Amino acid sequence: MEHMTEQMTAHMTPTVAKTIENITRQHLTENNGLLMGQCVTAVGWIGGTVPDCRGQGIVEIPMTDIAGPAFAVGCALMGRRPIFVVRYQGFMWYNCSSLVNYAAKSKEVWGVPAPVFIRSIAMEGNGIGHTASSSVHSIFMHSPGLPVVAPMTPKEYQSIWNWYMDHDDPIYVSEHRRSFVMSDEMPNQINPGSKITIVAISAGRLNALEAVKTLKEAGIEVDLFHQLWLKPFTAPTGLHESLTKTGVGLIIDSDFEITGASRSIAYDLMHDARVPVYALGLEDRVCGVAQHLENITPSPKRIHDRVLELLKERASKIK
Amino acid sequence: MRSSTLGMIPNVENNFDKAFAVELFRRANFSRHFEFKVKEAADKKLFTIPVYLSVGTEFNAAVFSLTLPGCNIFAQHRGHSLYLSFGGKPEKLRDELLGLPTGCSGGMSGSNAIQAPEINMFGHSGLMGEQVPIACGAAYASKKTTLTICGDASVEEDYIYPSLGWAVSEKLPVLFVCEDNDLSILTKVEARRSWSPVGLAQGLGMPAVDITDDPWLVAHHVKEMSKNLPGFINIRSVRHLWHAGTGTDGPPEWDRYKITQEKLTKLGLDKEMASIDEENKIKAHNIWATELTKGH
Repeated sequence: MEHMTEQMTAHMTPTVAKTIENITRQHLTENNGLLMGQCVTAVGWIGGTVPDCRGQGIVEIPMTDIAGPAFAVGCALMGRRPIFVVRYQGFMWYNCSSLVNYAAKSKEVWGVPAPVFIRSIAMEGNGIGHTASSSVHSIFMHSPGLPVVAPMTPKEYQSIWNWYMDHDDPIYVSEHRRSFVMSDEMPNQINPGSKITIVAISAGRLNALEAVKTLKEAGIEVDLFHQLWLKPFTAPTGLHESLTKTGVGLIIDSDFEITGASRSIAYDLMHDARVPVYALGLEDRVCGVAQHLENITPSPKRIHDRVLELLKERASKIK
Repeated sequence: MRSSTLGMIPNVENNFDKAFAVELFRRANFSRHFEFKVKEAADKKLFTIPVYLSVGTEFNAAVFSLTLPGCNIFAQHRGHSLYLSFGGKPEKLRDELLGLPTGCSGGMSGSNAIQAPEINMFGHSGLMGEQVPIACGAAYASKKTTLTICGDASVEEDYIYPSLGWAVSEKLPVLFVCEDNDLSILTKVEARRSWSPVGLAQGLGMPAVDITDDPWLVAHHVKEMSKNLPGFINIRSVRHLWHAGTGTDGPPEWDRYKITQEKLTKLGLDKEMASIDEENKIKAHNIWATELTKGH
C-alpha cells in the first residue's frame, strides 16, 4: 500500500511549495548555495518550502531586519547565490535597504554582481493586520537593477529559478502563501466574444478566475491573462490583440493600487494598445485586523462589480 | 580619554623591523601626496563631486595593508588611502574623481564608494555602516579574513550591533575597525551617545581595544587580534580636512603624520624618509600633472 502511494505521488504534479523545497534542496546540496532568513527552520518550515538541510547551507540569521539582508548581499558577492527569505512581505519595508541600495546597484555601479534570490512571502487576512499583510512588490519595481516577478504555479516558479541561475542579477520574487498549494498551471483564457481584458497578478489571479466564472454566468465573456513578470514587464502573447478586440483593460493586483504595479502596467498598456486600461488593487487605506476592516487582494465580487462598472461606462461613452 | 597616546605600549615600535617602518612610511606618504593633489584638483574645480580626503589617517590604512595582506576590504567614506595602500591603481582613482569611464567604477561611484577588485576592495553604497554586515556576509560565505572599517558615527547605525553579534556567534574572521575622529560631520560623540563601541563589542563577548592611531600600536593589535578573529579596534584618529571637501576648521587635534616622522627619525630612518618622500612626490605629481596643467 505504501509502495502504491509513493508511485501515485511520483506521478502527481508537485505543488508550488514542493517545487520550492526541491529547488532549495538541490541548491544547498549541489550548488554550494545558501538559504538565509529568520526562523526558517521553525514550525512549518515556511509552509513546507524549506527542506531539512540543517548543516548544509541553511543559515538561521539573528532577528535583524536591517543587517540581515546585508549578510545575504555579502554572501552573494562571494558567489554563494543566497536565497534570502522574508516570511512576511510587509516586513520588506525595513528589509529593503541593502537589497535595493546594494544588491540591485552593485553590477551597474561596480561591475560586481550580487545575485540574491529574494523570497518575499505575502500573506493576508486572518487578522495579521496592517504590517504583516499584503504584497509590496511595487516599491521594488522602483529600484533599478532589480527584476520583480510574482509566480503562482510550479512551472512558473521553476522558470524563475532557472532565470536566476542563468543570470547574475538579484531577483525579487513576490510569493503568495495562497500559491503554495497550487499544482495546476494557469493558462491564459481568450474568447472570441470577450468584452474586457483582465491582466491579473499574484493572488489577484485566483480571485480573477473566480470573477471570470461569475461574469460568464452573467453572460459576460472575459479574456484573462496571468502576469508573471512585473519588471521588466513583457506583455503575454495575445494581450495587445485582446485589448484591441475588447477595447478596455483591467489590471488586478495584490499590492496597493496607487503608484503600484497595476497602475504602472496599465499605463504601459494604455500607450501601447491605445485603449483605456484601469487598475484595481488594494485601497488607499490601512488594513485592519478585524475582518470587516481588512484591505486585501480585490475579492472576486469586487472584480466582478468593477468589470460591470467599466462595461457600463464604456457602453454609455459609445452611445 | 581621547588623546594621541591612548593605550600606548612603550617602545611598541621595537616589535617591528625597520623594513616594516620604511614600507609603512612609503604607503602613508604616497597617500598623503596623492590626497594633496586631489585637494589641488578640487580647489581648481577640475571636478565638483564631494570628496572625502584621508589626510591625517594615512597611517591607519598603511598598517592594515601591511598586516592584513590579501584580505577582503569593506570600507566607506575617506577610503582613498586604504585603496592606495592596498595597491589600488592611483590613475584609476584619479579618473574616478574626474568622472571618466576609466575610473575605478567608471565614474559611477565617486570618492566615497570606490572599489578595486584587484585588491578585493568592495564598493560602498553610501548607506553609513552598511558595509559592516555585508562584510560579515562575505566572511561567512568565504571564510576569508575580512576587514571592515566604519567611523564613530556609522558605528551607531542599526547595521552594527547585529553584525558584531553575528560575528561573535559564528566566529567570523572579521576585523572590525572604527576610525574614531570624534565627529559626525561636526557633531561630537558626546552630543550623540553615552556608550562606547568598544563596550558594545566587549559586551557581546568580542575582544576589543580603544587606542590611539600610532601605527605600530595599531599594527600590534591587528596582529594580535588576527590570531583569533573576530575582533574590534576603536582607533582615535584625526581628520585634518573637512568631512567632505578640502577645507579645514583649524589645526588638527594632533598630527599623527608629524609624530610618526619624529619616531622614524629616532629609528634612524631620515635618509630613507627623504628618498621616499621625493620619489612619491614626483609620482603623485606625474599622475595629476596633465589634469592640473589643463586646470591652469
